[in-house]
Amino acid sequence: MSVQIEVFLQTLIAGLLLGGLYALIGLGMTIIMGVMKIINLAHGELMMVAMYIAYWVFVLFHIDPYLSVFISMPLLFFLGVGLQKFLINPVLKVESILPENQVILTVGIGMVLSNLATIFFTSDYRSTPVDYATKAWYLTDYWKAAPFELSLSFSWTVSFLFAVIITVLLWFFLTKTDMGKSIRATAQDLDAALLMGVNVKKMRVITFGIGASLVGAAGSLFIPIYYLYPALGGQFTLIAFVITILGGLGSTVGAIIGGLILGVFEAMTATYLGMGWAPVGRFLIFVAALIFLPGGVASLLRRKRFGK
Amino acid sequence: MKRFLPLIILALLAILPLIGLSTYMMHIVILVIMWSVIGMAWNLLGGYCGQVSFGHAAYFGAGAYTAGILYFKLGLSPWWGLPLTIIVVTVVSLFIGFLCLRLRGPFFALATLAMGEVFRVTSENLVDFTGGDLGILIQERTWVEKIWYYYIILFIAAGTFFLIKKVIESKLGYYFVAIREDQDAAESLGINTTLYKTIALCLSGILTGFAGAFYTNYMGYIDPKVVFALHDISIVTIMVVMVGGVATYWGPVIGAIIMVFLAEIIRSIPWLGVAHHTFFGILLIVIIIFLSNGIAGDFPKIKRLFRIRGTS
Repeated sequence: MSVQIEVFLQTLIAGLLLGGLYALIGLGMTIIMGVMKIINLAHGELMMVAMYIAYWVFVLFHIDPYLSVFISMPLLFFLGVGLQKFLINPVLKVESILPENQVILTVGIGMVLSNLATIFFTSDYRSTPVDYATKAWYLTDYWKAAPFELSLSFSWTVSFLFAVIITVLLWFFLTKTDMGKSIRATAQDLDAALLMGVNVKKMRVITFGIGASLVGAAGSLFIPIYYLYPALGGQFTLIAFVITILGGLGSTVGAIIGGLILGVFEAMTATYLGMGWAPVGRFLIFVAALIFLPGGVASLLRRKRFGK
Repeated sequence: MKRFLPLIILALLAILPLIGLSTYMMHIVILVIMWSVIGMAWNLLGGYCGQVSFGHAAYFGAGAYTAGILYFKLGLSPWWGLPLTIIVVTVVSLFIGFLCLRLRGPFFALATLAMGEVFRVTSENLVDFTGGDLGILIQERTWVEKIWYYYIILFIAAGTFFLIKKVIESKLGYYFVAIREDQDAAESLGINTTLYKTIALCLSGILTGFAGAFYTNYMGYIDPKVVFALHDISIVTIMVVMVGGVATYWGPVIGAIIMVFLAEIIRSIPWLGVAHHTFFGILLIVIIIFLSNGIAGDFPKIKRLFRIRGTS
């Protein structure tokens, strides 16, 4: 019995740690979706780019992947700004039969990015051989009489803490600064924001940059615990999307909760059904969210707030 | 003249093998026709009904696996997959439609994308049923000559073309376009949008499933990574229509010709071969920015462009 509890708790911890990182990926997508009303299907590919940046910075300059957060975030910010300014903005103006053109455009961007990565860096699997990769904390080291053994991987925990710090900073930026308020105003009502003198165009560009830099941070945090290959983007785009649906479209709090739920659920399916089924678990939760909770976690929160 | 254009082209295509194309060229032509079928099917849902699907690989793969599993499990000829696809893919479409059609616009697009991935992962994991990653190999080919495959896919394509033309010119087609233009307005006029979107999805799915079942018979080998591929099936399907022309009869055909030939040309150049997704991506970006309705859709624009250049 105690073994089962141990496995369960260990899985839960792993799921929560993974979920924290997922939340960071989902946040970037949610913010972009909220402000621009488009889905960025190149999201995972942007993360892949950030991971390659972190990888090469580590290999060439021996800078720790966690410090490379400060390199990949600004770089990804400018990449995002560039993409938005020169590719996505022109399309927003074009009249066409299908309004989904921007979404398809981001697919094209993602294809180019992942294919270029394959050409330049080959499709080898890579990882950063950091010396703390196998370090972990054990419960019995601190509490001798513990009835079961739990461990906490060092790199997972640090990544998780970084993700929490970045999320808190983002929250601070969105709620306390002028620019953050303008971004939220744009997300709520574009025309009203325009009338209030918000430079909507600039906000869009900045939002895309912030979304990209969030996922860039996630890339840097993922590289010590994950491996890297050019086709990895698509998988994370899907994860980001599942989180946004689960959390409620465009809701930041929802994205965080959605990320945690997804992380735990994925860890559970991996432990109890086998690794191959983890993606299916991801989609099961997605389908369940669509059927039973179309508004996502955000709708639950809202209901509670209004006391309905 | 314009009324008989499809018939004339069909007649020309029917006598095409008589001029003695090489086996390789026949293969390319068959692929072009297969992609036009998929493109036309997507166009019905995406172009006319306005529901952009990123997961047509789900229907393609379902069709392909219907034929494959008939052979693999029951030992029947995979050709039986063609009629049986109708039932299987209808069930699949109703399932996907039930889940995804409650979403709109980009959200529908992404939900279908996720569904395509669900089908891929499921077929990879149901090893006993689908053979998993090993795939299914059809050991005995029906014909060595490609000409029969050519006529079968030509027959399917012609059927698809006339079916879609018929549907679009009927009341149903007007409902579809009304839904695309403004779903709320369509609903307020008394159109049961869910019903008609489901019809469009089923029709589109079944036609794509035909192409999938044909693919199994023609290629003789399928595995989840090939028939449920996100980039090589779902995205290329969208590209075929986007490049050719959204909501036009001939757009998907033009798109299929361009995409298949482009893919073959790029792949045959050794040091460019690895970059074919880059070229596809750049082509997609360029098309969306400059010719957002595709070559057939923006034909007047292209003509104008050349006329201006010609006179000045």
